[in-house]
Amino acid sequence: MIQVLVAILAGLLLAPLAGGLVTGIDRKLTARLQSRFGPPILQPFFDLLKLFGKKARAVNAMQVFCAVVYVVAAALSVVLFLMRSDLLIIFFVQAVGAVFVILGGYAVASPYAQVGAQREMLQVLAYEPILILVFAGFYLVTGSFQISAIDAYAAAGGKPLLVKMPLLFLALGYGLAIKLRKSPFDLSTSHHGHQELVKGLTTEFSGPYLGLLELGHWFEVALILGLTTLFWSNSLLGMAVVAGGAYFLEILTDNVTARLTWRAMLGKIWVSGLVMCVLNLVWLAGGKAVP
Amino acid sequence: MNLIRRFINKSRPKSPWIVHFDCGSCNGCDIEVLACLTPMYDVERFGIVNVGNPKHADVMLVTGTVNHRNKHVLENLYAQMPEPKAVIAIGACGLTGGVFRECHNVLGGVDKVIPVSAYVPGCPPRPEAIIDGVVMALKKFEEI
Repeated sequence: MIQVLVAILAGLLLAPLAGGLVTGIDRKLTARLQSRFGPPILQPFFDLLKLFGKKARAVNAMQVFCAVVYVVAAALSVVLFLMRSDLLIIFFVQAVGAVFVILGGYAVASPYAQVGAQREMLQVLAYEPILILVFAGFYLVTGSFQISAIDAYAAAGGKPLLVKMPLLFLALGYGLAIKLRKSPFDLSTSHHGHQELVKGLTTEFSGPYLGLLELGHWFEVALILGLTTLFWSNSLLGMAVVAGGAYFLEILTDNVTARLTWRAMLGKIWVSGLVMCVLNLVWLAGGKAVP
Repeated sequence: MNLIRRFINKSRPKSPWIVHFDCGSCNGCDIEVLACLTPMYDVERFGIVNVGNPKHADVMLVTGTVNHRNKHVLENLYAQMPEPKAVIAIGACGLTGGVFRECHNVLGGVDKVIPVSAYVPGCPPRPEAIIDGVVMALKKFEEI
């Protein structure tokens, strides 16, 4: 019971703090990579507070509903993760959030939001199979979809999962770049000031509702970093190395690549991503019958 | 609740997102506005982001003269920005109409159509002057 309460409190308070800080470090690093000085690390928090202080203006009620459901789903998936719950449940809860962002884009008759929503749907289509296959990899190694089983596997002195699932980790890196909408996959909307579709999916959200989307994004960043830590959950140092390394690579590719078209994105992820996943899964199954 | 209000009021001048509207400028002022974003001046130091969307913006930078055609666009963009918001008129044309002031189609400065918080003179103004104008307009946010 106490563990559940701690998970809920940490999930609702510490996860957005961590997500915001990581976003701040992301913006600072991006600026340094472009030989600019960059904003303060706490800049995302100033942005969020400012957005919540703006006058609430929504095009319609559906938009507001979608933004709220997105935040609730994203927060719930982080809480479930901290409760060491089932990976599949976490997957479905975050998928509900992802779908409601798309509905929020479709709710307004604006060409930018509509095209952004269509592209977001393609992005979801690109990363969801990868996520499911990675979770299947966890199942093949530990015999369960529960995160607590991964913990038990690590506590029993098992090798870091990174050694057994290297290709799945690479594919997950692809998937996470798409989920975080990092360049070259910032098709539906982007975290930089300008995007070819004005601001794509988020064009018609303003003030506090844009703030809700940003808050939901922080929860997702926290969840994603949490997922990467599962690949080396034996030690705290290992967790930090895997999560930090993965996120740094995302920032680096964000800065050195140009935006792809959706066809190129689907081609890349479905050919190289899925092939890597399947190869790794076959290797894990190792000829033995899958239980 | 009061504490949250205070945090929000403190955050407002630290995160001014700007939208830039070229209201019939010769591009001289526009180039200087964009120069503020380069590594040389890097306005993101102050949390300033140049967004392309009035619905996300707190501050509007307007360059160029206002005429009978584009005043509707200017009003429309201003109306789409959620409060609190500020407008900065940039360059001689944005302030008064500049050398085009006497033209039959020109209304004059930006303040003929929408309320302006800060005026940045020059033809074109230097990037430092534009950054200074934004900082002055932010004082309006602090008074809220």
